[in-house]
Amino acid sequence: MKTLTDHFDRIAALYPDKKAVSDEQETLTYGELAQQAKGIGTALARTGAKRRAVSLFLHKTPRCVAAMLGTSYSGNFYVVTDPDMPPERIRMTYETLDPAAVITEPALLETLRQTGFSGQVFLIDEVRCEAPDPALLQEVASQALSTDPLYCLFTSGSTGVPKGTVVTHANVIAYTDWFIHAFHIDSTCIFGSQTPFYFSMSVTDLFGALRTGAELVILPKKFFAFPIRLLQFMEQRQVNIIYWVPSALSIIANADLFRYVRPQTLKTVLFAGEVMPVKQLNYWRSFYPDALFANLFGPTETTDICTYYVVDRPFQETEALPIGRACEGCQVMVIGPDGKECAPGEEGELYVRGPFVAPGYYHAPDKTAAAFVQNPLQQAYPEIVYKTGDIVRTNDRGELIYCGRVDHQIKHFGYRIELGEIEAAAMAVDQVFAAACLFDAAGDRILLLYEGKVPEEDVQTALKDRLPGYMLPAMVKKLAAMPHNQNGKIDRSRLKAEYIG
Amino acid sequence: METILEILAEVKPGLDLSSETELVDSGILDSMAIIQLVARLSDEFDVEITPVDLVPENFNSVQAIEAMIRRLED
Repeated sequence: MKTLTDHFDRIAALYPDKKAVSDEQETLTYGELAQQAKGIGTALARTGAKRRAVSLFLHKTPRCVAAMLGTSYSGNFYVVTDPDMPPERIRMTYETLDPAAVITEPALLETLRQTGFSGQVFLIDEVRCEAPDPALLQEVASQALSTDPLYCLFTSGSTGVPKGTVVTHANVIAYTDWFIHAFHIDSTCIFGSQTPFYFSMSVTDLFGALRTGAELVILPKKFFAFPIRLLQFMEQRQVNIIYWVPSALSIIANADLFRYVRPQTLKTVLFAGEVMPVKQLNYWRSFYPDALFANLFGPTETTDICTYYVVDRPFQETEALPIGRACEGCQVMVIGPDGKECAPGEEGELYVRGPFVAPGYYHAPDKTAAAFVQNPLQQAYPEIVYKTGDIVRTNDRGELIYCGRVDHQIKHFGYRIELGEIEAAAMAVDQVFAAACLFDAAGDRILLLYEGKVPEEDVQTALKDRLPGYMLPAMVKKLAAMPHNQNGKIDRSRLKAEYIG
Repeated sequence: METILEILAEVKPGLDLSSETELVDSGILDSMAIIQLVARLSDEFDVEITPVDLVPENFNSVQAIEAMIRRLED
């Protein structure tokens, strides 16, 4: 069992008739998914490409999952490319990747043409019907290694040039081993999938499902604007576990939607990607007192997650939710500016070591060398660890607390300020639904933008009671709606462009 | 009707949406646009658009939006 597809084969043989992936329109059983993925794998393997990028220029559908697995069967790695992304950004990623092929659908061919891609193009509905060639696939499988890449996932770099993290089969297998054991994932699980396939969080529910015989229900994105429909859909599909960004969970809480529909089957609520506001978490917990809630934390570079906290006690709205402890199968270190391990309670940068850590970025040796570094705590033998850029500390219970990003820490009136702390204080104000804090370095001004049903003066007054003077925003502005990016998280770059320029 | 069209133009500039009947189903109005639209409509007409009103049918055309606002004003 070297590759993810080796693991998938075992599950597909066990549960051929069980639902694997579905959306509003289509459902694929494990048997159908395996058959289609092998057809796609056969077509791709015939190109002769090995360990090359295959771009999946597709919307989030069950057939896109078949293409992901198919790429793995062919001995190549996939990159899910969002067709709604500006063609210029796609062109930049294609320049980095030089994909061996693109898999798409007829309706997207014109958009694909605008990206300037001139290589081989396959149509998903043709290749998924291809007859699998078992001898060819066997030949490819015999050559595959667990250290080969399974996918490459682009995140926006701070300079605007996207970075592609290469993640191996071994990474995903080690990572999902933890996930499956920590949350008792098995064939009875039905995931309600919110995050896009080009976002690291989707790796968790997708492969958590495919490795255990569970079902992945793709929740239509448009339903997040019509959340009652979303909850009805979840109820109808008997979703019992979700792993969402906090902004998505907050949509339900802010509109008090469980008054109207409360999906009965839901048992596990996991979240990551942003700070989960306690007010909205408490709303969820009050409607699901027996459900398991957990805060997961980590970057794309450690496959998805490196620490987690199972919510085990009540929280006040002014308290921060811990990010907990290292996942089993991985270790974290808190390192001070002197390169030494921090004392308990002291703030430092989070480093991660172990098999979740990706090999690095695609075609970017400098960026890789800057973030994937020798373990600062031992020089005896080569050991590459990942430097997350996240500032953390431990609390009295030994749980890790997230303090912010290295690059979100600002110097204002000589004080070191974490903008997240100001956001947390704003979120604790009654009827504030979302908050984002920006720093205008040129003007040395802190700006607070929020969405809610409370006037700006009241937020300002409330902040004065909670924060020291030097942390008070120079401007507090109420927005009609907080903008969100494609992943569902607060769109900070858009806010920066609009309010700082 | 005019006001609704003006608000729509703020959310989705540069498109003539007056005779469109599939604003949601065709994907012209995505989730973000709907959220902005609801916030602007609530302010402008001083109505509370509750989650129950948040269904695609109420947003597919200018006429549908207008009918919803009328209902909520009563």
